[in-house]
Amino acid sequence: MSHTQTTPGKHHFAHHFKDAHHEFDSCKVGMWLFLLQEVLFFAPLFVAYSLFRSTHPEAFLEASHLLNWKLGAFNTAVLISSSFTMALGVNAAQRGLHRKTVKYLALTILFSIIFLIVKYFEYTHKIHAGLLPAGMFSHPVQHDKTPIFFSIYFMMTGLHGIHVLIGIGLIFWIMMRAKNEEFGPEYFTPVELVGLYWHFVDLVWIYLFPLLYLIR
Amino acid sequence: MNTHHHILSVKHCSIIFGTLLIFTLLTVAAAHMDFGYFNFPLAMLIATIKASLVVFYFMGLKFDSTENRVIFFSSFIFLAIFIVLISSDVLFRKADVYVPHNEIFNAKKFSSEEVPHD
Repeated sequence: MSHTQTTPGKHHFAHHFKDAHHEFDSCKVGMWLFLLQEVLFFAPLFVAYSLFRSTHPEAFLEASHLLNWKLGAFNTAVLISSSFTMALGVNAAQRGLHRKTVKYLALTILFSIIFLIVKYFEYTHKIHAGLLPAGMFSHPVQHDKTPIFFSIYFMMTGLHGIHVLIGIGLIFWIMMRAKNEEFGPEYFTPVELVGLYWHFVDLVWIYLFPLLYLIR
Repeated sequence: MNTHHHILSVKHCSIIFGTLLIFTLLTVAAAHMDFGYFNFPLAMLIATIKASLVVFYFMGLKFDSTENRVIFFSSFIFLAIFIVLISSDVLFRKADVYVPHNEIFNAKKFSSEEVPHD
């Protein structure tokens, strides 16, 4: 419990902490506070969505049918898979299996890149079809409020996409550190925290998929 | 050793992963059937079950401290306050409260004239 790591390159908890547990727990509280803030960061978009959907249900129904639910479903499966490999990566890091950690983190990056590629094809299709945020919208539709849906769609998926991009950067960073064999049963805080962030990104998508693609 | 850290085993990870995929199929299947008024609540119920699995197992909140659980779930209380207060404004406005833009501008232009009260 109390043996200290002094090997060069190995992590030693910062001097203001009682021990490694104290450091880990404090970091985790910080991460959950950050995730609380993230929920509230996305909150206005969900509020805008629920208000406009309740006041213009027919426009949202029409707009949702203009999205390709098959691509949405595929991306949901991809993102869930990336969450799975992330969880396996955290598991491997906790057990000090360096090569497995790197492998699972690389797979997570692969899945998130597939997610973004699908998103790229969806966006280009919409841009060509004129399915753009209100003001730039130029697609023949029946309801004059349908463009509002696309404003919300691009804001929500765009903000989520930025989170995916940042996530790829973070996972790449911990993958490099895992390659250096910095993590093990004694110290895996960064892997754990990036994992929490990545699962949160998955969490947002779990709601975005039925809300945007599956209205009927 | 970090003996008090809960490690989610590979087996449990796989079970959660499989369940999440099944629920994704379920939500797609549900969207292709018509349950009338229950379409939206059902979609949200399935999404919430999936989200709970991710939060409690993948994010390990089930095995985490009460403090972290309180922190995270309080965000949804704030979200609920946000939605309820804004809805209470927008959804219960009378139809005649809404004034289109052009009428506001017209009202400014003729502000010196008498505005009828009602």
